[in-house]
Amino acid sequence: MSRRVAIIGTGHSKFGNRGDVNIAELAYESIRQALDEAGIEPREIDFAYVSNVGGWSSEPLPAVVALEYAGLTGIGTMRVEAACSSGSAAIKAAYDTIKSGEADIVLVLGVEKMNESPTPTVVEFIGRAGNYFWEFQNFGLTFPGYYALYATAYMARYGATEEDLCKVAVKNHYYASFNPKAQFPRKITLEQCMQSRYIAWPLKLFDCSPITDGSAAVILASEEVAKKVTDSPVWIAAIGTASGTSNLSRRSDFTHLEAARIAARMAYKKAGIDPENPVKQIDVAEVHDCFTIAEIMAYEDLGFAKPGEGYKLVREEQTYIGGVIPVNLSGGLKAKGHPLGATGVSMAVELAHQLLGKVERERQAPIKHGVALAHNIGGTGHYAYVTIYTLEKPREA
Amino acid sequence: MSTQREQADLFFKQLEEFTKTMKQSVGIPLVVDQKTGVALWYDQRELKLRFLISIEKTRKFFEALSEGKVLATRCKKTGKIYFPPQVDCPDAPDSEVEWVELPKEGELLTYTIINTKPYSFGHYPDYTVGIARLSNGVQILAWVRETDPKKLKVGMKVRLEVVRRQPEGYLTYELVPVEE
Repeated sequence: MSRRVAIIGTGHSKFGNRGDVNIAELAYESIRQALDEAGIEPREIDFAYVSNVGGWSSEPLPAVVALEYAGLTGIGTMRVEAACSSGSAAIKAAYDTIKSGEADIVLVLGVEKMNESPTPTVVEFIGRAGNYFWEFQNFGLTFPGYYALYATAYMARYGATEEDLCKVAVKNHYYASFNPKAQFPRKITLEQCMQSRYIAWPLKLFDCSPITDGSAAVILASEEVAKKVTDSPVWIAAIGTASGTSNLSRRSDFTHLEAARIAARMAYKKAGIDPENPVKQIDVAEVHDCFTIAEIMAYEDLGFAKPGEGYKLVREEQTYIGGVIPVNLSGGLKAKGHPLGATGVSMAVELAHQLLGKVERERQAPIKHGVALAHNIGGTGHYAYVTIYTLEKPREA
Repeated sequence: MSTQREQADLFFKQLEEFTKTMKQSVGIPLVVDQKTGVALWYDQRELKLRFLISIEKTRKFFEALSEGKVLATRCKKTGKIYFPPQVDCPDAPDSEVEWVELPKEGELLTYTIINTKPYSFGHYPDYTVGIARLSNGVQILAWVRETDPKKLKVGMKVRLEVVRRQPEGYLTYELVPVEE
């Protein structure tokens, strides 16, 4: 048995420092919206995957805490962890559950409450994500540090500059300024970015995504259910997955993420997208810009630009609306915010809204093909998920 | 100037003192966020985390540090060198590994200088982390003994050296730029 899978409901909280709510209240903001939009009753949900990384927050079992608050106790659930790509991993699990016929309606909730701990503790937790014993214990890497290793190697090899990196931040803040859900809904200048302090040389404060609280939810359903409850489903056409070594020292080079490349190829193949020229078939993309260098590498790993030419896309403003492919019109992780477990689900919500023409006018991509792409990376290329969302029903189930 | 760790500790000390007053006046450890005015509960249970990690099978690696050597393992059957060392060869599960010393000479592939530090590294001044490729092709990540970005370059020669990490006082290894 193999069935098509659609998004029938979406929910998204305001991202930011959400000291005004606890983790269950924050989760319910998204669950409630998603249930409303899907027009289904809570009791119709068969299973819930809850994406959360945690460590910095007080509840170690957020899945049951969030479900209890939402009146969903009783259904099967589990927490899903794939670092910063946990949200996409949870979507993948839900997709497989429905596709196989095990369930008809599945809730995917992403929630993260990072501000329950002070910054040095959060920096510590994320820094440990990689290979704790061999790369953190003695050498105290941080997440900006891991990506800075990529930035240094990339700039040395291809001649990109710190200004090129800052141009990614300027673009993403520009689009975040039109997104009321964003943590930083305001524009920044290139000078502001260039003058910000170093966090992990050569990456500066404005090259980095912030510490964020937030939630996002999608309700996925089988074709049969989707037909009954909505006339505007968004389909999951393909998911590509891969992993990379835990030790960064074991990577072949530091100018691309091999796992992202493999995941993209797998997703393109399943969705019938030409890997040599994917921008011809994709209307809009959300890519994992946890750091500005990560967005530039994403362009290349996804085939939007040739290796070594990603920085030229941003230099020539080709990833704004009107360019070869608009990227991160939500503001991206950089300016919308990056509540780890919620990020992949947030990408799904954003892309469903983009495809349906439901986002704010200033940041709405023109939709010609009805195809959108989410590129969600866990760790420093430790996990990679590339998901293709479409308006048209996928040919094969 | 205080270290990042001292600043973080001060933050908690201030919270502790503030909530002590609140517990006396309103009866609970209430903190009102200065920026947003929202009510926060200051956790009354501190979680201390420190792990005991097995190094039994890789004990040789740690013993060799006292002789100034950095070891890796090599699969007897396939010849593949593992660093960090591991005692199983997944490509040839019936084979064994042998211990080999890593060469000292290498070339810096990339580096970063950590300015904003994790809490447990907050007592150090800014430090450089780099990845080097050693002369036998093995790649290794470690601190680089130079924190001026102008004096660092991708491709520069470095030497792998066993050092005693202070103030903790234990043996580890470091990459030292080689004057040319």
